[in-house]
Amino acid sequence: MSSTVEPPREQFRLSMLLNDTRYRSYTFQVIALFLLILFMAFLGWNLVRNLADLGQDISFAFLGEPAGYDINQRPIPYNNQDSHLRAAFVGVLNTLIVAFLGCVTATILGTIAGVLRLSNNWLVAKLMAAYVEAFRNVPVLIWILIIFFIMTAALPAPSAFRGADPDQTMLFGAMAATNRGVYVPEPVLGPGGWLFVAVFLASVAGVFAYRRFATKLLYDTGRDLPRGWPSLAILVVPSLVVWLLFSLTAGSAQNALLVPEGAGGQTLEDYVMAEGGATLCLVDGASSSTVAKTALLRLQAAARSGPVDDRVNLNIRTNRVESRAAAVAAFEEGQCNLLAVPQEAAANIAAGATLETQLREGRPIEWDKPYLSGFNFSDGVQVRGSLIALWFALAIYTGAFIAENVRAGIQAIPRGQTEAAASLGLRPGRIMNLVILPQALRIIIPPVISQYLNLTKNSSLAIAVGYMDVTGTLGGITLNQTGRAIESILMLMLFYLIISLSISAVMNVFNNAVRLKER
Amino acid sequence: MKKSVLASAVAATAIAAAGMASAQTLQQVQDRGVLNCGVNTGLVGFAAPNAEGEWEGFDVAVCRAVAAAVLGDPSSVEFVSTTGKTRFTALASGEVDMVSRNTTWTFTRDNDLKFEFVGINYYDGQGFMVPRALGVSSATELDGATVCIQTGTTTELNLADFFRANNMNYDPVPIETNAEAQQQYLAGACDVYTTDMSGLAATRATFEAPGDHVLLPEVISKEPLGPLVRHGDNEWGDIVRWTLNGLIAAEEYGITSANIDELAQGTNNPEINRMLGTEGNFGEILGLESDWLVNALKAGGNYGEIFERHIGESTPIGLARGLNAQWTDGGLMYSPPFR
Repeated sequence: MSSTVEPPREQFRLSMLLNDTRYRSYTFQVIALFLLILFMAFLGWNLVRNLADLGQDISFAFLGEPAGYDINQRPIPYNNQDSHLRAAFVGVLNTLIVAFLGCVTATILGTIAGVLRLSNNWLVAKLMAAYVEAFRNVPVLIWILIIFFIMTAALPAPSAFRGADPDQTMLFGAMAATNRGVYVPEPVLGPGGWLFVAVFLASVAGVFAYRRFATKLLYDTGRDLPRGWPSLAILVVPSLVVWLLFSLTAGSAQNALLVPEGAGGQTLEDYVMAEGGATLCLVDGASSSTVAKTALLRLQAAARSGPVDDRVNLNIRTNRVESRAAAVAAFEEGQCNLLAVPQEAAANIAAGATLETQLREGRPIEWDKPYLSGFNFSDGVQVRGSLIALWFALAIYTGAFIAENVRAGIQAIPRGQTEAAASLGLRPGRIMNLVILPQALRIIIPPVISQYLNLTKNSSLAIAVGYMDVTGTLGGITLNQTGRAIESILMLMLFYLIISLSISAVMNVFNNAVRLKER
Repeated sequence: MKKSVLASAVAATAIAAAGMASAQTLQQVQDRGVLNCGVNTGLVGFAAPNAEGEWEGFDVAVCRAVAAAVLGDPSSVEFVSTTGKTRFTALASGEVDMVSRNTTWTFTRDNDLKFEFVGINYYDGQGFMVPRALGVSSATELDGATVCIQTGTTTELNLADFFRANNMNYDPVPIETNAEAQQQYLAGACDVYTTDMSGLAATRATFEAPGDHVLLPEVISKEPLGPLVRHGDNEWGDIVRWTLNGLIAAEEYGITSANIDELAQGTNNPEINRMLGTEGNFGEILGLESDWLVNALKAGGNYGEIFERHIGESTPIGLARGLNAQWTDGGLMYSPPFR
């Protein structure tokens, strides 16, 4: 029988802080921490005192004052009378937009380049190697500037699209690439639009669910369901049904076209030709307005391409208002001479007459096309040249690094894995998807997280091309106009810190999901 | 975070330390033997390196005059090129002793940013330049235009005010330097370039076909441009101020680089004698040699000579004197008396 003897519990004595190695390290750490805090406090105190000597105090009151400057890319409504805080927020959103676009594009580019660099095809492998080396070894600022200057110099100015016989024509009559950016149509939701979008998203989710189910079934029972055509059917059929349903019912309801008194009864063509143009009151987000505008633009295009003798340069303008009531008011005030309204509403409007031509309400999604008016294209969505330059430069630059991460990840998987899979009869594509990538992903993801962080931080080079990110608004114009350098820079640091930590957090969750599960 | 706080604190301490030392700017400049002067990154006529790589221009001449007054040598200047954004930081941190960079004197810059404008060497206003082919004859026709603008300047705020007051829309393209703005404007990436009228004229002068571009008649702001120094060193501010006044007064009294040697022997005009140091002890009062203003005037001549040489009607920039004529000729250039 053995009995364990408890060692006598040692009483803690103060001298042990120095004599006992177990505690000594704590002592020194506490002393070091104390000194560090003291040093920090001295720096902070020195800063505040010296600022006070210069007559400056740290205050964030300037954030509430009107900013006074304009921002060209506004994800949320903003004008120059809004506060500096809102201007900073617009900048934050612009940073997030370019960071998101850049990360997605860089991932796609990097994965493709990384995989192809290991290809057995000599040309493909060398091309990818050249891409990686060229982009990884030239500073990103240079790439941003090169892309921006090439865009500015090579693409036409909007004025090249002007005139009866323009140098440039719009792609499909709906898109224009200019040196101020690319103008593309903007989707406007019509009758049943939300439902259509919801059904489409649900279908996409359905496709994934079906394929998951098929895989599970294959592993559990060995039954192999077809994947191709059911996926396609799940994706297309419900959306198509909703589209047709709404296009044929609510969407095909007719709208009357209101024109000033005395001009009623004729067709839209005759009216517009007689007036030499039209100003349309366009209700933001109303599909009937978009349909009416499309009709006008089609007329304009027809007039432009007509025989030389009857060539008419139609003057088409739109007047954007927020609601139908505002549109009617604007029409009655004579701010526009054309307005599309539902037929039953047309009867209640005293002023004006209706044209013979009627326009349908619109499909679930109508495209609001850009058109040349004055100095620039109006309506549609302008993807600014500065955004494109920054986005692509960041994407191809970071993509080169991600390609190397992907290559490293794949090469870290022992060659025996590939050979074993091949000996089981798997084809190269399946070997990559089923054997190599699932294992490589664990190695790839952690360095890719830091590439995302790099990309986000590099987006602060935006000012080089005049893209108004948060460094351009809060850290640029606001700082300059208010002179509040320390406050602005502190806020800027805080923002980048928060956004970087958020990206890390999200990616770490993903990393935990794919990493090797040890039991 | 710890690291960045530390870095900013160190930087701020450095700034503050420079601020503390600013009370002896004159002493520092004399010890160093070189005047650090903040100028434009390159605006022909105002501040730009010439073919030999030497800085010259209307703003540069002010720096040279101050260097000549303080150090006796107009070439003892280290020119630091600054953008609209960096000029104030450069001055506040002590990197430069003075800034002479077509900078507008405003309330907030004077009081909130803690600088001291020592005078005005050019009365300017913000204007617009457009290609002649656009067919625009007035700034009120610019609704919907894309406007290139130098960021970090007063023009940004004036532009917003002008378009708001006229109920027009515009699309701003913010740009860092004049050279980039020029490139964007010529490529047609913006319809309009806006900055001070003098800057527009100087930029246009460098174009291949200056005649294809017009300056619109509207002047939408007051832009009194002048050199500035840090708050808190009044002695240094006085030296720069009275050097500038000396240049202006010299034109009024007919002191030119041609006759200065003769006039410096003594004249029967007591004011000229006081300026040139043959009467009184004005140099000593400022803490300088008695021939300080003689040196300053020898550097590039009087205000009128500097104007004519760099931006006057005989130069490609071709600016008329206008508001910048002497008060005796109906302009606003008016130096307080040397008494």
